[in-house]
Amino acid sequence: MADQIPLVDYLVLGDDPHLVAQECVQCGARYFGRRNACAMCSGTEFKEARIGNEGTLTTFTIVAQAAPGIPVPFVAGVVDVDGTSVAGNIVNVEATPEKVSLGMKVRLTTFPIGTDSQGVEAIGFGYEPVG
Amino acid sequence: MSEDVWVLGIHMTKFGKHPDKDTVDLAAEAALGALADGGVTMKDIGVLGAGNLMGGGGIGQPLQKQIGQTGIPVYNVANACATGATAMRVAIMAVKAGEVDMGLAVGVEKLAGAGLLAGGSRAEDSSTWKAQGRQGAVAPLDGRIGTQTMPGVFAQIGMEYGHKYGGTSFELFAKISEKNHSHSTLNPLASYQKRMSVEEIMNDVMIAYPNTRPMCSANCDGAAAVVIVSDSKLKTLSAEQRRRAVKISASVLTTDPWEEACQVLPDVNTLTRNAAKQAYEQAGIGPEDLNLVELHDCFATAELVHYDNLMLCEEGGAVDFFNSGSTWRDGQTPVNVSGGLESKGHPISATGIANVWEVCTHLRGEAGPRQIEGAKVGLTHVIGLGSTCGVHILEKGAA
Repeated sequence: MADQIPLVDYLVLGDDPHLVAQECVQCGARYFGRRNACAMCSGTEFKEARIGNEGTLTTFTIVAQAAPGIPVPFVAGVVDVDGTSVAGNIVNVEATPEKVSLGMKVRLTTFPIGTDSQGVEAIGFGYEPVG
Repeated sequence: MSEDVWVLGIHMTKFGKHPDKDTVDLAAEAALGALADGGVTMKDIGVLGAGNLMGGGGIGQPLQKQIGQTGIPVYNVANACATGATAMRVAIMAVKAGEVDMGLAVGVEKLAGAGLLAGGSRAEDSSTWKAQGRQGAVAPLDGRIGTQTMPGVFAQIGMEYGHKYGGTSFELFAKISEKNHSHSTLNPLASYQKRMSVEEIMNDVMIAYPNTRPMCSANCDGAAAVVIVSDSKLKTLSAEQRRRAVKISASVLTTDPWEEACQVLPDVNTLTRNAAKQAYEQAGIGPEDLNLVELHDCFATAELVHYDNLMLCEEGGAVDFFNSGSTWRDGQTPVNVSGGLESKGHPISATGIANVWEVCTHLRGEAGPRQIEGAKVGLTHVIGLGSTCGVHILEKGAA
């Protein structure tokens, strides 16, 4: 298998792909990405918190007009995973309002984004309908 | 307790295409118009708040070079779509602080023909993956993890309301747009003055479901400017100037406080609610007292949530409130009788002053065929994503 790299550093690859949030030790607020301090309480200590792989779609849009190079239509949404909101595309489903609905159950999935000149494959994530 | 402040003069240019005018021309037209409307000149002005985002830098000094270099301080401000309201706040704060007795604020933008303002282009993938930025991204994320386009962001904001409270649909959002396009037919300064049926709106080009093109704010050119005066200075002016002055009963700017998910999808709700609460308290009036509201319908999906955020309806009741007809111009709380950003247009930095012009024009009884009869109190609202919220409450009243 070729070398792989996650699209973003909060995506953990391997046998059990999942997302990891930075959780404020003081107040519990969660973030994706490097922090200077907590926007809620200004605390500066963070620990890693594993995000579950299943959640509920709380909002979405079906993007029909986007920058050149972005395949459309695609579904962008927010998934609530046990109280933590995650932004992601909804994939492996027809991008129509008939097939995508508010409140639908979804789960994390990963897929290749592309391979660079060194042969390294970038892996992205999205959410697909459960069942 | 600082003294009251008033709108002495205010002007809005025609919104639309102005190929023969540059950014400074439009700003000058608005500024000179506001000064003339207030019966004053640049010599009377003690401070200038100036807003422009797309012109490549500060507009204040280039404007002074065309209309009056009096040496007064200029504050060039930028707060996304709330830039105009921010420029106006500069003038209001300076007057309230007692540093000056009269201030001018200008907002201007040349946007006709612009496409997607965010997410309109995406960088090429690099030839070697290299983690960059706060999320260690190895490639551009727009379209790969959500959307950075405004129609898509605000579509999600409206859909989120639907998930929370129910009752939303593509058709409902299209009906909100139908209302604003209908209102625009009475506004000669609107970019588009064309009535559109719900079917026409729904069948138009899809941008980001459920927002079709006529449900998005119209990119256009335009400017607006306002002269702010202190209560004590106003008392020294003519009876006609005092008669037409409009009282600024509340002037509030807020930013988004931390809420779960606010860094995942912008939260335009909490800061608007906070601004509205502060404004109603400052003014000593409630939402039920408002005769008209100009709110930030950058997309049809946004207008719905702001009915709730501005407390025009009970919490969770925005769908029923709209369906009752309340926000049409003959309803109990007319919203966006100007046509709103969807048809009047949205020259970004001008918007936060143009909405004040609309309300002032009604309070002065000068709105012609679109006059809301007997209007005494109105509210204006803008959101600049990032985020900033500006709310002003204006009252008719002889000084």
